[in-house]
Amino acid sequence: MNLIKKYYYGDLPDEHNSGTNAPPIAGVEEPAWPLWEIFIRSKQGLDHKHVGSLHATDATMAIENARDVYTRRQEGVSIWVVESKYIHASNPDDAESFYEPANDKVYRHPTFYDLPDELKHM
Amino acid sequence: MNNSLFDYTLHLADNALILGHRNSEWTGHGPILEQDIALSNIALDLVGQARNFYQYAAQLTGDHSTEDALAYLRGPAEFKNCLLVEQSNGDWAKTISRQFIFSVYQYYLYQQLQKGENKHISSIAEKALKEVTYHVRWSSEWVIRLGDGTIESNRRMQNALNELWEFTDELFIPAPYERELGKNGIAIDLEVIKSNWNEKVNAVLLEGTLSLLTADRRDPKKVLFGKEGQHSQNLNDILTEMQFLQRAYPGCEW
Repeated sequence: MNLIKKYYYGDLPDEHNSGTNAPPIAGVEEPAWPLWEIFIRSKQGLDHKHVGSLHATDATMAIENARDVYTRRQEGVSIWVVESKYIHASNPDDAESFYEPANDKVYRHPTFYDLPDELKHM
Repeated sequence: MNNSLFDYTLHLADNALILGHRNSEWTGHGPILEQDIALSNIALDLVGQARNFYQYAAQLTGDHSTEDALAYLRGPAEFKNCLLVEQSNGDWAKTISRQFIFSVYQYYLYQQLQKGENKHISSIAEKALKEVTYHVRWSSEWVIRLGDGTIESNRRMQNALNELWEFTDELFIPAPYERELGKNGIAIDLEVIKSNWNEKVNAVLLEGTLSLLTADRRDPKKVLFGKEGQHSQNLNDILTEMQFLQRAYPGCEW
């Protein structure tokens, strides 16, 4: 039994992703370019955040496309790209067992402490 | 008014505007969304550069001329762009080829101009150089990708280069206004950038397994000089479309 089931970002099944292995779809002459996920760091010290996805033939082109599509208004100082097929996602069917047990456990939030007034940015 | 300076500023502006307009013809028609956006961005960069140069040129006239008047109300014989930039888009390979040849030229030109004696021109060049650096990178990669791709893509890339090659020598033949301004250190000596341009272009072609091309490309009897206002039908077509609104509805704003 295959214990690890793989889901792509957006839960695209294997066969609909990444042009290289996909059989040609009827009526479409060329295979689609692979899909890439784009992460942008908006300024130094912050994390890279997922901003969207785009098509490109390779990593170099993916970074350039990301530059053209996502950083035209100075949104970023750094770009990460990763081909979508390498993103593993949780199974939406698991939502109940994954997330719901945390519903009634408010004590897991650090909200029961009295903060001194002098403490800023919390 | 210094006519040579005015002509030269227009020459720089017209090159950027006409190539920008040609590239904008791809907007909505690019081979894939991401590349449609990439080329439209380059078009916008070029139109932006053109605006800066036109604004300065309008100042030089000393009357109430505007950037819009210079772009929309001059006839083809008054345009001083080189012939290369007005060539039709053709297929993707030809558009890439035109962009590559011109961007490498523009890169070395602006690099020199930013050290030039005229502060307006040098500051525009300095600002635009960052954009052009990216245009060179983007177009070089496409030349290599298509050249070193399939038999079909290589054939198209080589054909495009062969077709456009005859327009490259004009880039390095100074017009009278360039010679005049060269004496004052405003325009630059085109011989200086010619060897840089050759070196860069040949290196990229080599990496793309494309044939190097050599001089002696044009029949001298058929030579037109776009820089001096001699243009092909291509420019008429561009201006007819680009200037239609201002010609039909003078002063129209939206």
